[in-house]
Amino acid sequence: MDYVIEMLNIRKEFPGIVANDNINLQVEKGEIHALLGENGAGKSTLMNVLFGLYQPEKGEIRVNGKPVKITNPNIANDLGIGMVHQHFMLVDTFSVTENIILGSEPKKSGTVDIKKAEAEVQEISERYGLKVDPTAKIKDISVGMQQRVEILKTLYRGADILILDEPTAVLTPQEIHELIDIMRTLIKEGKSIILITHKLKEIMEVCDRCTVIRKGQGIGTVDVKETSTTELASLMVGREVSFRTEKTPAHPKEEILKISDLRVKDARGAEMVKGLHLDVKAGEIVGIAGVDGNGQSELIEAIAGLRKVESGSILLNKETITHFTPRKVTESGVAHIPQDRHKFGLVLDFPIGENMVLQNYYQKPYSSMGILNYKEIYKQANKLIEEYDVRTPSEHTPARALSGGNQQKAIIGREVDRSPDLLIAAQPTRGLDVGAIEFIHKKLIEERDKGKAVLLLSFELEEILNVSDRIAIMFDGQIVANVKPEDTTEQELGLLMAGSQVEKKAGES
Amino acid sequence: MLTNQRFINVLIPIISVILGLLAGAIIMLSFGYNPIEGYGALYEGAFGNSYFTGETIVKVAPLILSGIAVAFAFRTGLFNIGVEGQVFVGWLASVWVGISFEAPMIIHLPLAILSAGVAGALWGFVPGFLKAKFGVHEVIVSIMMNYIALHTCNALIRNVLTDRLDSTEPVADSASLSSQLFYEWTGSRLHWGAVVALALAFVMWFILEKTTKGYELRSVGFNQNASNYAGMNVNRNIVYSFLISGSFAGIAGAMQGLGTYGNMFVQSSFTNIGFDGIAVALLGGNTALGSVFGAFLFGTLKNGAGSMPLVANIPKELVDIIVALIIFFVASGYIIRWALTRVKREGK
Repeated sequence: MDYVIEMLNIRKEFPGIVANDNINLQVEKGEIHALLGENGAGKSTLMNVLFGLYQPEKGEIRVNGKPVKITNPNIANDLGIGMVHQHFMLVDTFSVTENIILGSEPKKSGTVDIKKAEAEVQEISERYGLKVDPTAKIKDISVGMQQRVEILKTLYRGADILILDEPTAVLTPQEIHELIDIMRTLIKEGKSIILITHKLKEIMEVCDRCTVIRKGQGIGTVDVKETSTTELASLMVGREVSFRTEKTPAHPKEEILKISDLRVKDARGAEMVKGLHLDVKAGEIVGIAGVDGNGQSELIEAIAGLRKVESGSILLNKETITHFTPRKVTESGVAHIPQDRHKFGLVLDFPIGENMVLQNYYQKPYSSMGILNYKEIYKQANKLIEEYDVRTPSEHTPARALSGGNQQKAIIGREVDRSPDLLIAAQPTRGLDVGAIEFIHKKLIEERDKGKAVLLLSFELEEILNVSDRIAIMFDGQIVANVKPEDTTEQELGLLMAGSQVEKKAGES
Repeated sequence: MLTNQRFINVLIPIISVILGLLAGAIIMLSFGYNPIEGYGALYEGAFGNSYFTGETIVKVAPLILSGIAVAFAFRTGLFNIGVEGQVFVGWLASVWVGISFEAPMIIHLPLAILSAGVAGALWGFVPGFLKAKFGVHEVIVSIMMNYIALHTCNALIRNVLTDRLDSTEPVADSASLSSQLFYEWTGSRLHWGAVVALALAFVMWFILEKTTKGYELRSVGFNQNASNYAGMNVNRNIVYSFLISGSFAGIAGAMQGLGTYGNMFVQSSFTNIGFDGIAVALLGGNTALGSVFGAFLFGTLKNGAGSMPLVANIPKELVDIIVALIIFFVASGYIIRWALTRVKREGK
């Protein structure tokens, strides 16, 4: 068999840790090869070795059968290796074409020949079905389109082997479908793809073979046709993983959160929550299902005090928290795992330890008379790091340096530890691997069993169905239906989320 | 040896200074001047005898304060380019209190310094408040506040504090930082201001690193969204940051008014203490201790450079270039860090 890429017995060390040890990766021409592993397993390190950003301590890399030394990304480019990073590297105010040609501009008598470049970009875009407008500005196009620009960039530079680093993490389900089509077209045109991911469903759907890494060790390569998600999950995590979250039936008690006739506007002044009613009882998990953009984020932000309430009321334990500041909401007994952990959940440049007291640094024992008590702060931080299995070199490490899963575990530890009456979890498992997801679901259910009210917002129907005790379907700023997970299916939820119940209800009454 | 991170951290500033000196030497050589004579004059002018050493410290003290003023604002995500104006109003306020009455020194001197701090804080409040309330960019407002400060102070000196004179009378002895003892030792204008500046550098470090307010301010500086989410009042913290930064700057003015000059006089242009403070803060990595070292380097070069034209006959314009080169190399320490890691990698 011809391999376009062979990485043999790769070993890469960092001070104190072995990030890659004895890893083999062999990619055949014209296949989509998945690289699977938990957050922090060493996938990105391996790809950075291939892309020339890191030099391996041991091992050999062969491209098209020839041993090569890739000492910097330019060499990788020359060898036809292109990488699409998870975080895009685009200039917002430049056009698509300008971004693509950046660094290798076609020139005509000393000026950039933008017309020629646009024609070329158009041509490549059409050949691979990318449908990108070469003249659009990056800031005006969607995240999915931006990703295609990144793919175009590698193709423009003549890449034959594309590395896609968790490409679906930032995409909507619709965009994921389109990306999968694009990947298939690329393969047809003779390209090879290495797909870094921890989403098992995607591997099953598009990949031919899958190489698994666990804790820096190469576990092996399997044929996707001959495996199952269960097998892949256990290879990745190193133990059996249950996809069905284990839990006992809920015993809802008194009402904790009661929202009546709530109206909230978004930043542009459009009404997003339109007279919404919702209640959450002690000892139950209420999942909010809905298509993104139906007012879920505004609802959560209004409860947390981050967004102005236009009218209506929010009661916590029968007392109003309607126009409270975020601090007063927190002090009333609400904890909030925010949707965007980098923007809201953490101060990334603070040590992880200081992040652990972000809401209660001003209270005893973390400070007294306005003076911080670092001993107590770090004691608490270490306790949470231990309890919630946050993997970090030390409590003084900046939060930025932790992997996504560990950042999220830190936030969850911090929020749950305050023992709130109401725990709001907004997309708590976004971008995490199955091991971390399982852990977080278990924690949410534990909180419920302790008699707390849990409000879960998720765009993953599977998560909503697995974890919730009651599902509230949100459509166009209102809760249009309440269903029990055991009485419904993904199909029915999908229809309700699209607003079909509204007509049905109207017809009935 | 090179693998030792701490060693590298010490090595970088040393190499930077040496490279800067070498670059300056090349300039001097290529224009036909003797670099050994030139640097000899620089050294003599900065530390040659007790008079020059004293004058160097006189230059350093206000730079420490303007440095920590800028650094404090930077750490909280704000660019206080208005330190210059805050120095002016602080200077004026301290002199005003200093000449208006006499009181026991234990009351009068702290009161004069404090009023400088309050004046600077008020001047800082304007851009802080406008930023917090209306989102007006602090750089624009504080640059304008600099001009308002310059001309308002001049007008007040001419029309209120004096009768059409260009300088105020000296401050009362009870409000003066100057020291007969230092004068007898050094013959220079050396005053107690350096002690005040060092104490306030410690205060700045303490506020930022040890207090809950400092925790909030740093948090707001790094991530306003997360700070808001955590229940901090972002807008109020912006105002606090400007108040504290402005008060450091105001006290830098008190160094001049109560110490170096002992009065205030009409000025045709900015003192540059505030603008140099930006460079001092950046050289020092926006930390208190770093600002102290940065101010020391700036003050030394400024004072020492004064002797180069006199002693070594090097034109003043060339001296400015040499000083700028030295600062340039210190500021670009990251280039040296990059070179060192590169050497390390290839040595492997």
